[in-house]
Amino acid sequence: MMAADRRQARQGARRWYWQRLSGALMLIFILVHLIVILLAASRGFTAADVLARTQASVVWAGFYGLFVVLACSHAAIGLRNVLVESGCAARLAAPLSNVIGLVLLLMGWRAVWAVTFGVGA
Amino acid sequence: MNQESASLHVQVWRGGEEGGYQEYTVPRRENQTVLDVVTWIQRNEDPGLSYRYACRVGMCGSCAMQVNGIARWTCRTHVSNVVRNDTLQLAPLSNLPVVKDLVVDMDVFFEKIQKAKGNFTGTRTRYEEVARVLPDSPQRQLADAGIECIGCGVCYSSCDVVTWRFEYLGPAALNRAWTLVCDERDVDNDARLEAVSGDAGCHSCHSQGACTLRCPKLISPTAGIAGLKRLAARAALRGDKGGAE
Repeated sequence: MMAADRRQARQGARRWYWQRLSGALMLIFILVHLIVILLAASRGFTAADVLARTQASVVWAGFYGLFVVLACSHAAIGLRNVLVESGCAARLAAPLSNVIGLVLLLMGWRAVWAVTFGVGA
Repeated sequence: MNQESASLHVQVWRGGEEGGYQEYTVPRRENQTVLDVVTWIQRNEDPGLSYRYACRVGMCGSCAMQVNGIARWTCRTHVSNVVRNDTLQLAPLSNLPVVKDLVVDMDVFFEKIQKAKGNFTGTRTRYEEVARVLPDSPQRQLADAGIECIGCGVCYSSCDVVTWRFEYLGPAALNRAWTLVCDERDVDNDARLEAVSGDAGCHSCHSQGACTLRCPKLISPTAGIAGLKRLAARAALRGDKGGAE
């Protein structure tokens, strides 16, 4: 096996691992997220309530910041697989999915920043 | 035998990649297998019909073909279990190049077993004592579950991932690699786990389970592939820590 093939094989195995791990961890985050929403909704659900909980809360910023990282890495790996299986060359699919993952990451973090440290419009 | 009609309508693929179905009428017999039907056609109707078989008892893996759209070993497939409206449609295995009629070129299938490092690599010579592997050891049990593969190609033909990604090694090659990974005498597992990783390897398996559903030997390549995924990922992460890229 050529060195480049070996490197690609290992990268493929690692991608598989990180996608499974990020998926498994996201289950915990999704559960917490849903429970909080259900509890919040039972008391009446307004934007003011959400902001009161999240603003200046480093814990919620950390929680959703990490959630965004997990979701973006999971999506980028999955998107690469979909592209490759749809006939896209791997050397094109990898950078394309990485860029989309990065854009999603920045958008997600921007939203987290807005509900944590942003000022009202 | 149920009292079906006295004859079967059989459509048989004739030609190579390009071709068409030719129809034959074949008398029904008690306990008739699909291979019996093909043999009857060749001996009585069409001596030019090409197909493969050898053992006729489910050992050699050479008689596989598609019966009514599903890959099966034909020597052990009773007509009564697969016939629909007194009709059988017989085609060569899919995912493999057609040589002629019901014969496919199996080269790529066996080459992929080699690519997956499906050859045993031991250290002892014939002059040394035979290694002792306890039959009830966990590793031996895992190997046992996959070792009875007869190389018929039914799983390969049934695998959708092979269809849309030709370079994918396929269930049989990966199952073979898994049995060797579980063989405690084998010493080439680092290279084997690399050989079965990546886009063409085990990590591309969607776990749809068509191979497991269709395997005539009741092997579960899906389970073996899942085992390979875990071990190959662990090995790749170990490689990260050791810097052995």
